[in-house]
Amino acid sequence: MNASLEEFLIARRDTGRSLLVPYVTAGVTPKWTEVVHAYVDAGADAVEVGFPFSDPMLDGVTIQEASDRALAAGTTVRGILDEVATLDVDVPVVAMTYSNLVFQRSAAEFCAALRGSGLRGLIVPDSPLEEVGDLADAAAAEGLDLVLLAAPSSSRARLREIAGRSRGFVYALTRMGTTGEGGEISEQAARLGRELKELTDRPVLFGFGVAGPERAAELADHADGVVVASALMRRLLDGAGAGELGEYVSSIRRALDQGARWAVHPATAPSPTT
Amino acid sequence: MDVMTDPGTTGRFGAYGGRYVPESLIPACHEIEAAFREAWSDTEFRGRLTMLLSVYAGRPTPLTPAWRLSRELGITLLLKREDLTHTGSHKINNVIGQALLAQRMGKRRILAETGAGQHGVATATAAALLGLEATVFMGERDIERQELNVLRMEVLGAEVVPVTSGSRTLKDACNEAMRHWVSSVDDSYYCIGSVMGPHPYPWMVREFQRVIGEEAREQCAAELPYGVPDYVVACIGGGSNAVGTFAGFVDTAARLVGVEAEGGAAATFGRAGVLHGFRSLVLQNDDGQVTEAHSVAAGLDYPGIGPEHAHLRDAGRARYETVNDDEVIRALRRLAHTEGILAALESSHALAWVIRAAESGGIAPGSTVMLTLSGRGDKDIASIKEML
Repeated sequence: MNASLEEFLIARRDTGRSLLVPYVTAGVTPKWTEVVHAYVDAGADAVEVGFPFSDPMLDGVTIQEASDRALAAGTTVRGILDEVATLDVDVPVVAMTYSNLVFQRSAAEFCAALRGSGLRGLIVPDSPLEEVGDLADAAAAEGLDLVLLAAPSSSRARLREIAGRSRGFVYALTRMGTTGEGGEISEQAARLGRELKELTDRPVLFGFGVAGPERAAELADHADGVVVASALMRRLLDGAGAGELGEYVSSIRRALDQGARWAVHPATAPSPTT
Repeated sequence: MDVMTDPGTTGRFGAYGGRYVPESLIPACHEIEAAFREAWSDTEFRGRLTMLLSVYAGRPTPLTPAWRLSRELGITLLLKREDLTHTGSHKINNVIGQALLAQRMGKRRILAETGAGQHGVATATAAALLGLEATVFMGERDIERQELNVLRMEVLGAEVVPVTSGSRTLKDACNEAMRHWVSSVDDSYYCIGSVMGPHPYPWMVREFQRVIGEEAREQCAAELPYGVPDYVVACIGGGSNAVGTFAGFVDTAARLVGVEAEGGAAATFGRAGVLHGFRSLVLQNDDGQVTEAHSVAAGLDYPGIGPEHAHLRDAGRARYETVNDDEVIRALRRLAHTEGILAALESSHALAWVIRAAESGGIAPGSTVMLTLSGRGDKDIASIKEML
């Protein structure tokens, strides 16, 4: 696979497909790489791998618990990278972690290590535009796509800059809050998706609160796809294995595929006479 | 020297500081910075703050000579008595400032994290004074250690939310307060209790605490033969009473000393890292996982240090020392016996270092030492009893 994360996702999207990016916390179980494979087999377009951090400021209870469990089991950055390097998947794998892990030695060293293990992208939720300079340069030098977050509270000017500087895709937060399931899809999420779509041709994916197939399909109407994290990690923490998680991802895949077909309502489709 | 100035729009203190928060919180940080800059240059706001600090919080606080202990140590030791403020610690200086700002910004509710409970009590107090709601996040372990302060907050009408994640102390309370802030940023103001967090907090909290150093400087000028003490000493958890104290003396010849708990000494044992929205020195393992701090003083159980302290250390303008729990308890008892002053365990760290340094010759005989006694020890009586 030579395409960048962004090229890969754009190619998939341009076939008319809604993009699906499931998440797993590395090290949450000894067999977490099986979960990655199950996601891919179930139709994931990329997989987000969380590198656990002791103080995950933007995560709700589920990802906190998954992170704590992974760290208690002795998960290290080096260990994750070694396991990622053994993955045999045909979609891009994206790292998600916090600034303190990224800037341990230097952003350049961290990005080189990610790329060395075959990762294609990086998401650092506590490095906003203001702090992202060195990291963006380091990622670009390694051919790693640095994904930026956009929030319902972001001004139009910031959204323009985020859309311009993000690589891979733009990570649109459905709500003001932490990661986690539940919550209605608000008008502000729909508006954020529309605004970002106006500003960029990069894929725009919704994350936070994508609680299940219906919610995923609903959200995908307003953007190019979704990231699903807590709904999967909740099931994993409650005992679900790779097989069950794969089935759950399949159900989201089906909902998205149907949603994409239904996206153009007959009443709004161009009339043949015009 | 380029220290203790306005850190500009990027909030940098040398290599430290910044604004490492999720995009969702960036507009709130901008809004607070703009509101603070405007308020801080508004004479009416400053006048209102000065008035409240005076008629409500009891400022200026006295500078008390520690007569007997000075004689025993062969130095002149002066205590800046923040323990005599309303609510019993320096935290009130910052909280009245931020609560006035929250009110000016039209916020309905104040969020806060607390370790020892002093910042929580101060926040609950200021919220009651100004008619705002208060929600205070506190680690479960600290709730057990500081039962009295939890009751005080509740009586003052604040909601105390126990934090059960991680080490269940101050750092986890900070995480939880940040998470809550993200989802309630429209109507809530996050009142950070120390010189930490994303810009503008480390700078804003320093400005609200500089009243300690400015008063002490004037008092020293009036009392001391050379006007300035040889040493200026304060304890450090996040470092707000120390920064406020140092701000009054940074342009003098006084040696500035910050004293950390041995088990939470980020300035001494930490490495550069990013935690709770800012870059500073952080206690962490090789992989970047933040480690837990351990101290007899709940208020110093913090694995980081304010970014300006990291900068003052690098610039060589302040030095940082550590003391252990035993020295702290001995210092607390000694001050109580010699001067009739029951200091907080936190403040007793500064005192423990002065005693050790004076007795070992690290502080030359005849030196003058100005020590900020950041709070009173009533809250610690149960802990002290256990340690005896």
